[in-house]
Amino acid sequence: MPRQSNPSSETRDAAPQTGKIRRLHLPQKLRNLELFLLIIACGINLGAVVLVQLGALGQIDTTLVLLGASLSGLVFAMHIVLRFVAREADPFILPIATLLNGIGIAMIYRIDIANAESGWESAAVRQTVWSGLAIACAIAVILIIRNHRVLFRYTYVAGFVGVVLLLLPLVPGLGREVSGARVWIGFGNFATFQPGEIAKIALAVFFAGYLVRNRDSLSMVGKKFLGMRFPRLRDLGPILVVWALSMSVIIFQRDLGTALLYFGLFLVMLYLATGRLSWVLLGLSLFLGGALIASQTLDYVNGRFTNWLDALNPNVYDADGGSYQLVQGLFGLAKGGLIGTGWGQGRPELTPVPQSDYIIASLGEEIGLAGLFAILAMYLLFVARGFRIGFAGQDDFGKLLGVGLSFVVALQCFIVIGGVTRVIPLTGLTTPFLAAGGSSLVANWIIAALLLRLSDTVRNQPRLVV
Amino acid sequence: MNRELKRVSIAVLFMFVALFCSLSVVQVFQADNLAADDRNTRTLLDSYSVERGAILAGGEPIAQSLPVDDNYKFQRTYSNGLLYAPVTGFIPVNGAPTGLEQALNGELSGTSNAQFFDQLSSLVTGQDPKGAAVETTIDPVAQQAAWDALGDYTGSVVVTEPKTGRVLAMVSKPSYDPNTLAVHDSAAVNDTYDALVNAPGDPLINRAINSLNPPGSVFKLVVVAAALESGQFTPDSTFPNPGTFTLPGSSSVVINSGGGTCGSGDTVTIATALRLSCNIPMAELGLQLGDDAIREMAEKFGFNSEYSIPLSVTASVYPEDPDDAQTALSAFGQTSVRATPLQMALVSATIANGGIQMQPNVVDQILAPDLSPLQTFAPVASERVISAETAATMTQMMVNGVQDGAASNARIDGVDVAGKTGTAENGDDDPYTLWFTGFAPAADPQYAITVLIEDGGGLGQTGYGNLLAAPIAKQVLEAVLNK
Repeated sequence: MPRQSNPSSETRDAAPQTGKIRRLHLPQKLRNLELFLLIIACGINLGAVVLVQLGALGQIDTTLVLLGASLSGLVFAMHIVLRFVAREADPFILPIATLLNGIGIAMIYRIDIANAESGWESAAVRQTVWSGLAIACAIAVILIIRNHRVLFRYTYVAGFVGVVLLLLPLVPGLGREVSGARVWIGFGNFATFQPGEIAKIALAVFFAGYLVRNRDSLSMVGKKFLGMRFPRLRDLGPILVVWALSMSVIIFQRDLGTALLYFGLFLVMLYLATGRLSWVLLGLSLFLGGALIASQTLDYVNGRFTNWLDALNPNVYDADGGSYQLVQGLFGLAKGGLIGTGWGQGRPELTPVPQSDYIIASLGEEIGLAGLFAILAMYLLFVARGFRIGFAGQDDFGKLLGVGLSFVVALQCFIVIGGVTRVIPLTGLTTPFLAAGGSSLVANWIIAALLLRLSDTVRNQPRLVV
Repeated sequence: MNRELKRVSIAVLFMFVALFCSLSVVQVFQADNLAADDRNTRTLLDSYSVERGAILAGGEPIAQSLPVDDNYKFQRTYSNGLLYAPVTGFIPVNGAPTGLEQALNGELSGTSNAQFFDQLSSLVTGQDPKGAAVETTIDPVAQQAAWDALGDYTGSVVVTEPKTGRVLAMVSKPSYDPNTLAVHDSAAVNDTYDALVNAPGDPLINRAINSLNPPGSVFKLVVVAAALESGQFTPDSTFPNPGTFTLPGSSSVVINSGGGTCGSGDTVTIATALRLSCNIPMAELGLQLGDDAIREMAEKFGFNSEYSIPLSVTASVYPEDPDDAQTALSAFGQTSVRATPLQMALVSATIANGGIQMQPNVVDQILAPDLSPLQTFAPVASERVISAETAATMTQMMVNGVQDGAASNARIDGVDVAGKTGTAENGDDDPYTLWFTGFAPAADPQYAITVLIEDGGGLGQTGYGNLLAAPIAKQVLEAVLNK
């Protein structure tokens, strides 16, 4: 396959001189905006932790504040790194990730207080340490991947890594089952990790690379039917493979949410690459058909549907694996109402797993609908910044990757929050940046780093071309 | 690609709009319904997290909320729970409260309308809202004396102030410890509750106000009052004095307690019949008065209506449409006449107060957290039930009954006690219900008392009011008069 014209090869030659010139003559407007927003974000995070302590403890305890401060230091380090290696990167992504991460830690900390946990037992301390690790990973990604097109070279490696990561929890002795879903790996009783979270990045890279390479054959040929061009049978291979992978996640790992996430990601990227709605319809009917069969044959899937449709029915509520958690979450959200009870003033601990899958219900209880709207707006802005890369980008791989990575964040939000509020059946996924869970944090911070890198390239290119 | 990207952007926007909508629906539009769901432990816990006001007797808390380190934040604690259970009731973590905890729940939890501005200010100042305290009329000395005097009998003692209607003692036995029902463990509460529901003697029932028994001879006070008020009878009106009396339209025979005639002589006066507590003259009187006159008097005293003190009191019953035989029986408190101890205490208290009934009440005042009174319960007089003359005449007859009649065991040296005993039949073979109702001192009544003993006091059909109930009344009256 011939290489596509690659403007960034020119960039590489031109960058040293123009970079120096710009550094001398142009103030780093974007980075200064980012610094300003970061200070606000860290201020809000500090405020949230202090309010939790005042609300739940009635006094200020400096240990977590210090931990949070060192985390803020790491974020500012990332900001400084960006000043040198990605000075044109989007100024909103880092503050939003910081803010969401911090709000999440504050809420997890609040639930620790309710459950009287401290030290390494405390999920908030672990979350803070994981955050540090995740931000370090993000800095490493920014430093190592100076040009996103490097990733294009590793399309198939990424695909292989993605599939291996996805299937890793099925390896006997390595996989761990947590509340029914076999999506974890662990070594002894130590360090559990959800490889599927990292897999979504690898798969996004793979999808983007693969689709850019093959989109002509996927979009140009095929028979027209009902005003839509449907693909040839032999081109159905990739979609069938991804579909089979998603179905195996549903059947063997018993994880509806992850399967929906990967398949949704693939469909959207396929649609973007080929521009053909027929792919989406085909994919959706495949997935819905599969899910329908699963709901009839797999008890846990069937239970999820019953819980969704008839949550408040006393029989469903009391059933084993019934809607108890869902309804408790609704009670928590209802208790929060418009403005919430205030940090530390609600009872989020009454809902099972209030710090991970149900952190949205916990936040809804304490900071109310107003707070959740603000959080959703943050996510929307984050996703919109990612989509900007798609609109303004020059190379198709970068466009697809940028949109794919931000769409995965949007879809994950929708699956989790939609599940909690009964828009769709509840499935176990983490809320990006907010929920307790190291693998999710690392994955999302790497996504943030990749989006920063992509946005930097996008802004650099037009000027150089001109 | 940008055309597709625009479409995907719109799809993402719709996804978020769906989330905005669903969150609004849950948090705003469905919030009230979800909060009202009885599975919502948050709502329940909220009602415990306010510092519920104390219930006081004689200035000492008999129920109070003490801070604890759990979800409920406060532990409701009942001091001397067995003794005060009929007054306080209990508030469980998983069910409806009873007693004053239920009757004044709004005030105790700080959510009554009178506390609206306190709620507002606590919302602004951020202080935790507090409930109001309830100061009861219960006198710890009287309550303890009544408890001790009743001993192990299944029954009740009620002491009131005739001039104010304040309830000084309200004892019900067997009792229960409300602390066992206030623990923060739903399963334990349920177990305890089920055990109490099935326990012999129904300890959860407040016999003073919620237990209906045939009043027997104590109801003769109502019938004699009706007779005197009718103007057709005086205490000296006479009736035939046979040894047996066949009920009209029936073959059933009424005898006087202990058999024989009512004293010697062919005729007997109302005064003697009341003093010796004879049934046959009362049956004759009842037939002459008619059920309407008796019912009218009974209802003036409070029969056939529920009332709130603010504990809710079960309505005592005078039957709606008795035939002649039933009217004759009702004249000495049998057939379907039923009364609560508090109702009989009201009859005595009304006679003691010169014929004017004071509304019974267990609450003196409700105190805001800063101890300023939110609400004060001044004595309230109901309408006049009987004339002062009738009241004075009846007082004299009741004093005679204690000094020289069927209520002799209530006699106290140096104090004129007015009283009437009752021994009511339940079923043919069932144990009797034993009563005493009266007041002292007769000249200036300070205390009205009613004693109820259910289940024959353990003596089946051999016990009688003067044997078991009158000494209890005597013991309690001595304790409160010597206070």
